[in-house]
Amino acid sequence: MEDKTHISKTHFQDAEEFNIGKQAAYVSMKGVGHKYDLHPDTPMVVQDIDLDIHRHEFVAVVGPSGCGKSTLLRMVAGLLIPSHGDVSVFNLPVTEPRDDVGIVFQKANLLPWLTVRKNVLFPLKHKYGRYSASDEKRANELLDMAGLTQFADKMPDELSGGMQQRVGIIRALLLNPDILLMDEPFSALDALTREQIGFDLLDIWKEHPKTVLFITHSITEAVLLADRILVMSKRPGTVLDLIDVDLPRPRSQKTINSSRFAELTDLIRGYIYEPNTPA
Amino acid sequence: MNQTRPLKLWIQHQANRFAPALFFVGLVMLWELICQLSDVPNYILPSPSAIITAFFNVEFSRWMTHLWATLRVALMGFVLSICIALPLSIGMMRSELMNRVLYPALIVIQSTPVVAVAPLIIVLLGTDDPSRVLITCLITFFPLVVSTTTGMLETPPEMIELSQSLRAPRYRETWQIRIPYAIPHIFSGLRVSITLAIIGAVVAEFVAAEEGLGYFIQFSTSFFKIPQAFAGLIFLSIISLLLFKSIQWSQAWWFPWSLPKKK
Repeated sequence: MEDKTHISKTHFQDAEEFNIGKQAAYVSMKGVGHKYDLHPDTPMVVQDIDLDIHRHEFVAVVGPSGCGKSTLLRMVAGLLIPSHGDVSVFNLPVTEPRDDVGIVFQKANLLPWLTVRKNVLFPLKHKYGRYSASDEKRANELLDMAGLTQFADKMPDELSGGMQQRVGIIRALLLNPDILLMDEPFSALDALTREQIGFDLLDIWKEHPKTVLFITHSITEAVLLADRILVMSKRPGTVLDLIDVDLPRPRSQKTINSSRFAELTDLIRGYIYEPNTPA
Repeated sequence: MNQTRPLKLWIQHQANRFAPALFFVGLVMLWELICQLSDVPNYILPSPSAIITAFFNVEFSRWMTHLWATLRVALMGFVLSICIALPLSIGMMRSELMNRVLYPALIVIQSTPVVAVAPLIIVLLGTDDPSRVLITCLITFFPLVVSTTTGMLETPPEMIELSQSLRAPRYRETWQIRIPYAIPHIFSGLRVSITLAIIGAVVAEFVAAEEGLGYFIQFSTSFFKIPQAFAGLIFLSIISLLLFKSIQWSQAWWFPWSLPKKK
């Protein structure tokens, strides 16, 4: 009895059943804008955002700081209901946090009093108050996938920043979400760790396809990881461009050296650093 | 090359380590010296040796009776104030209304001198333990409420978002996230409170008691047994120090993760 898993069927599996094609819009934003109160003088945080993300697509959002990138993420997560426009997932409007969404935060956001394994299991413990032996098995598999098996019983502060963020990622994968929302997940890491963990994320994504919305302020990171990149303007954040990243997969160090990579990063840089505005 | 010889390093290290103890011993020796060389009478400033003599002149069982009386009141008041402070902080953290209603009341209680209220409480509740426990509780619970509430409100907002994104029940947000995050704050509140608990118990004994270390000091002073009063005072501060330390030890034992990292 106790061995029953709490990991529920996700919308990913529903999508399989209903035969939703890969090109159908899975996460959809239509005319989305937000301000924190409805007073006419309050400025918009984001404005007129239209974005369709296909199933299992990797979409990165870049833009200057304060442009409302994280606001978009919170809307998809159901943590914030936009004051204007509609956000829907799988054709259903997002009105509250969803079970098929996993969030990776900027800081690893681990609980310092729990071991690494218990941190990975925390979403179950927190949502249902318990977890079963098979849940533990799944946590161990995830730890193995992230190369963290030998650290499973350590405390978070015994791990390096990169390892902590790996724990943050597999914790978000525990409930097998179909949508993975990542809010500048690697920005606290050093450059070398950052590159490596980026490639590792692509490996995970290849093996366990997810619809990814990846917020970053690193242009190279966005180009290296994403299928498409949403470039946002300064506040109020609007869509400047939606760029197809036509770089072949799997991507590697060689991708970074290719001329197309340079072209794409230059293109985005042109949007972010407008000629007339001082940095 | 800046090479220091191991012996010199060792001496430096030891001196550094025992500096607080050495300072304390030096201070006591200076005190003794002043008393021996000058002719300050014993009933104004007794010498450390006179205090030690006075300590051993009082029977051990008498010390224990007084110690137990003070400790009992202090600990009961302390535990009672924990039992009141924790639920109160949770309520104030979760309900804006409760916060607005209760906070001014708490400040009024805190800013009223307990020494002035103590006689009234004795009149109200009698001269037994309950009134002394209440006096102790009044003085100890404010720092606990403030530190616990602050700690729970300083939980990283991203942790709360994680909880919301999981649609977890609120009591689990409080129990599994906010309270553990407040542990360092709670313990700093407990450290302040435990020393205040001793103060509270002594204040209560000054007003009405037949036993206890506070009563013992007052009684000794009124009979001009100043060395004996000093002995009681020092005994009291040692107990207070031990209680303070035991709070630190229990934090290190049960919540080692909550301590600041050693370099």
